[in-house]
Amino acid sequence: MRRLAQRGLAIASTIALLAAAAGCSGDNGSGPGGASVPGVTDTEITVGTHMPLTGPASAGYSKIAPATKAYFDYVNANGGVHGRKITYKIMDDGYNPANTQQVVRQLVLQDKVFAVLNGLGTPTHTGVLDFLKSNRVPDLFVASGSRSWDQPDKYPGTFGFNPDYTIEGKILANYAKRDLAGQKVCFLGQDDDFGRDSLAGVEKVLGAAAVAVKQTYVTSNTNVAPQIGAFKAAGCQVVMLATVPGFTALSIGTAARLGFKPQWLVSNVGADHPTLAKQLGAAAPLLEGMVGTNYLPMQNDTANPWIQLFTKVNKEHNGDAPFDGNTVYGMSVGYLFVQVLLAAGKDLTREKVLGAVQKGGFQGPGLAPLRFSATDHSGYGGQRLSRVTGGVQSYFGPTYETDEADGSVNEYTAAPAAPPANGVPTVS
Amino acid sequence: MSATRAALPPRHQLAEAGRPVDRPRGSTLLRHLAVVLAAGLLLVAVSYAVEPFRNFQLATVAAYLCATAGLTVLTGLNGQLSLGHGALMATGAYTVALCQNAFADRGMTGGWLLVLSLGAAIVSTVAVGAVVGVAAARLRGPYLAGVTLAVAVVVPALAVTFDGVFNGEQGLSVPVEPPPLALGPYFPYERWQLWLTGAATLLALLLLANLIRSRYGRTFRAVRDDEVAARLAGIHVARTQVLAFVVSAATAGLGGALLAVLALSVSPGAFSLTLSLFLLMAVVIGGLGRLAGALWGAILLVALPDLTHSVTELFTLSPAVAQRLEGNLPLAIFGVTLIVVMIAAPGGVQGLLSRLGRRLRARRS
Amino acid sequence: MDRFVFLTVDGLSRGAVYAAFALALVLIWRAARVVNFAQGAMAVAAAYVAFTVSTATGSYWLGFVVAIVAGLLLGALVDRVVMRHVDHASPLNPVIVALGLVLLIQAVLGMVYGNEFRPAEAPLRRSALTVGGFAVLSPYDLFVFATIGVVVSGLAWLFARTPVGLRMRAAAFAPEVSRLLGVNVGGMLTLGWALASGVGALAAMLVLPTELGLHPHAMDLVFVSAFTAAVVGGLDSPPGAVVGGLVVGLLLSYVSGYAGSDLTPLAVLVLLLAVLLVRPGGLFAPVVARRV
Repeated sequence: MRRLAQRGLAIASTIALLAAAAGCSGDNGSGPGGASVPGVTDTEITVGTHMPLTGPASAGYSKIAPATKAYFDYVNANGGVHGRKITYKIMDDGYNPANTQQVVRQLVLQDKVFAVLNGLGTPTHTGVLDFLKSNRVPDLFVASGSRSWDQPDKYPGTFGFNPDYTIEGKILANYAKRDLAGQKVCFLGQDDDFGRDSLAGVEKVLGAAAVAVKQTYVTSNTNVAPQIGAFKAAGCQVVMLATVPGFTALSIGTAARLGFKPQWLVSNVGADHPTLAKQLGAAAPLLEGMVGTNYLPMQNDTANPWIQLFTKVNKEHNGDAPFDGNTVYGMSVGYLFVQVLLAAGKDLTREKVLGAVQKGGFQGPGLAPLRFSATDHSGYGGQRLSRVTGGVQSYFGPTYETDEADGSVNEYTAAPAAPPANGVPTVS
Repeated sequence: MSATRAALPPRHQLAEAGRPVDRPRGSTLLRHLAVVLAAGLLLVAVSYAVEPFRNFQLATVAAYLCATAGLTVLTGLNGQLSLGHGALMATGAYTVALCQNAFADRGMTGGWLLVLSLGAAIVSTVAVGAVVGVAAARLRGPYLAGVTLAVAVVVPALAVTFDGVFNGEQGLSVPVEPPPLALGPYFPYERWQLWLTGAATLLALLLLANLIRSRYGRTFRAVRDDEVAARLAGIHVARTQVLAFVVSAATAGLGGALLAVLALSVSPGAFSLTLSLFLLMAVVIGGLGRLAGALWGAILLVALPDLTHSVTELFTLSPAVAQRLEGNLPLAIFGVTLIVVMIAAPGGVQGLLSRLGRRLRARRS
Repeated sequence: MDRFVFLTVDGLSRGAVYAAFALALVLIWRAARVVNFAQGAMAVAAAYVAFTVSTATGSYWLGFVVAIVAGLLLGALVDRVVMRHVDHASPLNPVIVALGLVLLIQAVLGMVYGNEFRPAEAPLRRSALTVGGFAVLSPYDLFVFATIGVVVSGLAWLFARTPVGLRMRAAAFAPEVSRLLGVNVGGMLTLGWALASGVGALAAMLVLPTELGLHPHAMDLVFVSAFTAAVVGGLDSPPGAVVGGLVVGLLLSYVSGYAGSDLTPLAVLVLLLAVLLVRPGGLFAPVVARRV
């Protein structure tokens, strides 16, 4: 029986040794930097992110972080920021919150990143908010439209990027109210805060009673025929979707199969035309007339100087990967981060970066204003409507801005900024 | 008829497991205590030797170890296959979250509250485990697998349906107090986490190890090996199976609760069907039916995502190729390893090690 | 009433696919006593082959045939290269190996095709024909019912009436005796795997156009439903798989239609418990005296 005890001890000590060895090697790696700010040396800034690169949720999203990295590589090739090159560590969490816990700790505790940038997903990122806060890691431009990121008192280091789902709901509902007046409006939303916040926005503009039928779906059930059937039975004329791309395509496909053709108003999350068209295949013409929203340049607008810049970066540093809305999104995040680094100055610290973001005033590819201030940590504050005509998705009408409370939906008239000549922002 | 039962380890393993039974029991308890104390001291030493991230990883290993140890007792020793242990872990995790939030809302503070919450987590998981266990005792092999699979899938559905309580897919945060001030103002949080989970897990392992060596452990194995013979020997088969399920559920609940405490949050995505399947893979690769095997399995569960990343970083590839391989290549490697290990060494890692150990000893004598 | 008819038809057409997929699980269970957790991933792999062929040639039907052939070959391959060498002493071993196969196949598909959704085309119109004011069946639904009807009766005929079918059954139930009688037990096992995997591939081709599209994980949820169906029906019973599939399809449709789609997993669990607590071997379990 001593044998068993010995074995247990042997195993335990092996682990200890392994762990110790790993620990030592880690210490050696991070030791000689000499700088007091984690992740920053005279020649390098290390930032990290967590993204779903594998698994069912990775479709589309897996292209965002490589696009951001490509933009950083472009900036590095042009001399970097204040002489520092940006290293972007992309960690796969498979959209599993348990994995997010692991990889974010690895980024912060082991890789000693300066900041976490553009971590994707509401359930995944919610779980690491407290950890990032207690380690004072800047948590910039979370890739989700949840309102959780805008809590300056509770999470002073966390900032959003996407317009939140309530704003989106209000802008879409405003269109329904003005241009589709008198029509019966119905709503299909994902059964989480995405669907709930969006519906809240819709009801703020239209009134709760005005939404005739409200349905929800869960991602684990790919049959939306019962919900769409209910819309048809109720005679809905306008259907608003707070859906991820897969379920937008599924809803539109299912409706066609039931002979139901309403006007679709789709959340930005699920309105990217190339993604939907790819998924619908030969049925892509069903997307004709679909109204969506966006706040970044349309990826097919080749006359737009931002798209020209991003296409060039994509060609040179991203292996000319298929160019879509996710690419534009990833590069826009990269551009904003470089702006922030420049504004924070040469003597980079975490406090200075947070200060720079809160100071705000960033002009970039976005059509709507970024709302960053000391009391507002949400991202873009507005959106512009788009419509699919002749198989091409393009903007129409003005850009709208609003808030997530009861404020009205207003036109935002400032002209969009043009990118700098060499594509790298300069200190303003 | 073995096909409809879940597990039958190789014969020599049974013989080995049977041997210690002849020893007097008092010494068993003392011996286990000694091992646990040694492991505890070692853990404390290690917690000072390694950096915070490794501390956190080891703490996560400890939390998973609770669950895998319970699963290996259920599947390896009692022969019941469960694909739903992720759901049992979720039960424990959500209980801890609800308790801690309730305490925090009432402004109650104190270190002992966490112990209370962990206790509540175990109690609630035992209740759920008893219900599932009673159903499970009637079922065999794939039918049991089917029911436990359905249990695993039900977790996200419940979280979404009762989102007033569980807050849907976003989940709940778990407020946990910082390390006691007695340890000093700059005591690393991750080290404290390792101490906490390590202590809870070692306690659970101590109880499990004693249970395995006790009369109950013998009835577990007897029922697994031959239900008819067990019944003839006067063992109440159904009761034994329910007991095994409840014990296993209790440790799974504790494991889930510890995971929630580590993560400071709980959400259904962390307790998906995939977790249940990975738990099973972990215990089988580690070596089914042995606590040491459960330890290897738990290490594997934590090392895998880490490995996933390191493997891809080894290669410098063009962005286009890298995007395709990233994430996928390590999973493919893991899949192949799983298949090869199961074909070449069905006893798992621990089986291999024992075989190696036996060979070394044979050469020495 | 309108809604009830609609939900029933919708549930039956999905249930038919679950039935086919459950049938594939039953085939392997009867032949090899293995619950093939890799069934979904294998079927998706076959569907990807079909996708490649269809996009290259522009012919859906060529892709359809290729998918079934690919399914047959993949099944035989999995048996010969992997499952044959697994120690079946513990029934858990093949389960774990199957899970390993899932990881491997999904990862390889992700590497080759990327983790994007690909369109899964339906060969026929999916909009419903209206009969007497009711939107009833679409041509595609009819195609699904017909195909699965042919497969089920074909398999029934194979096992009941042909010498090969007889040998397969013999090899599965009494391998030693069959071997003595000159039956090529190994060959029959491979044939069983091939057939099951072929049926799985067919089911995938039928169900994918109604899902989100082609993706390495596209069959994960279908697998869970189909496994439930097979267990409800009884893993030893092909008619049980068909009935189980239809029951599960109807249940999912009614529950999401009348109660809310988030409740469907709960409904499945209740169904399983209700059936199995009354009949622990599934609805169509052969009545065997319990060994006590």
